[in-house]
Amino acid sequence: MIELVTDLILTYIATITFGILLNVPRRGLNMAGWIGTLSYLAYKLCMLTSLGMALSNLIGALLIGILSMQTARFKKMPVINFNIPALVPFVPGGQAYQMVKNFALGDNSLALSYLLQVVIIAGAIAFGFLLAELFNRLQARLMLKLSSRWRHENRHNPRL
Amino acid sequence: MSNNRGHLMIKTALHAGRIMIESGSEVARVEDTINRIAINAGFPDSKVYVTITGMMMSISGEENAQIEPVSSRTIDLEKISLVNDYSRQFAAGSISLEQFDDLLTKLEQNPPYFSFWLQLISAGLVSGTLEVVFRNNYQDFLITCVIGLIGWAVFYGVNQLARVRFLSEFLASVAIGAMAILAVRANLGNSVDDIIIGSVMPLVPGVPLTNAVRDILAGDLVSGIARGIEALMSAIAIGSGIAMILQVL
Repeated sequence: MIELVTDLILTYIATITFGILLNVPRRGLNMAGWIGTLSYLAYKLCMLTSLGMALSNLIGALLIGILSMQTARFKKMPVINFNIPALVPFVPGGQAYQMVKNFALGDNSLALSYLLQVVIIAGAIAFGFLLAELFNRLQARLMLKLSSRWRHENRHNPRL
Repeated sequence: MSNNRGHLMIKTALHAGRIMIESGSEVARVEDTINRIAINAGFPDSKVYVTITGMMMSISGEENAQIEPVSSRTIDLEKISLVNDYSRQFAAGSISLEQFDDLLTKLEQNPPYFSFWLQLISAGLVSGTLEVVFRNNYQDFLITCVIGLIGWAVFYGVNQLARVRFLSEFLASVAIGAMAILAVRANLGNSVDDIIIGSVMPLVPGVPLTNAVRDILAGDLVSGIARGIEALMSAIAIGSGIAMILQVL
């Protein structure tokens, strides 16, 4: 339990500091940190209920995509300000390193198994983003039907 | 007269687009912004073609399309947000086309950066915190922070000198690998693996990778594949740097 809480605090710090490296505007940093922390919490809970690596990463990425888009609309900032820093705790850095190390030391079969893990995680994250994009477009369609303010603001958007 | 205004519109729109692509924006967003500028300036039927190495734009029915090459690409999300804000202000009518162009020139001359020291400290904190999150190794937190910080400094310094991102990433990861192994030999840390995994995190090509996926999903296949190769090259540069140092030391 304590480990989970410290992990979450460290994730928040990591997300914000990675945002600083990418030069995210100051007014977006805090929200990026919260999105990163929340989606990492969802990922951890999925891992604890043994949903498996791929599904947990997919759910985490899905949450990042949806929350980032809501924040971007609310703050009127580009969505990449939020989803790229928030993605940092999901990077399969450990597996990628083990892959490189085992290739370098000549243990190719172990390296290949790590390569497969990296591919699975990356694919799960990409599909999570895809599903989030689907959700965002559905939401936009629905809002266009329901709200006249939305229709006015998005009247020139060719993607809707 | 309308031709003059059209000319200014194309110049401003391409200027905005170039700044956005240079700062690491995805192609669909640039096309969207340029189209909005054109519509708000009174040219709803202009055409634009954007890739991550150059842009073309014309007003339908008139000659003289214009080309804008994009030669350098860095990562600076603040610039993208600012161009976005200016475009919104222009759409709301609170700045004119001339003021818009002036603001873009000003943005390019003195870009708002976080100070170098803040970036260094951030790089250190990213390394240390992610090392603990990934590996649960609390003893190596401080040494990972220090090595990640020095690694980012090497990356930044070589990038200033040579302006080749892949070379900077390669040299930074070589430095990180060497320092991690030496630190463990000097009993400053416990696990070479954990220290390297943490310290490499600030160099991860997150922006090209995410943009590659988004570009391909949006149908900008040329730009998506080019960006995917960019991300792959970064990953190979980092990986081969680490692999080399692991074999040597």
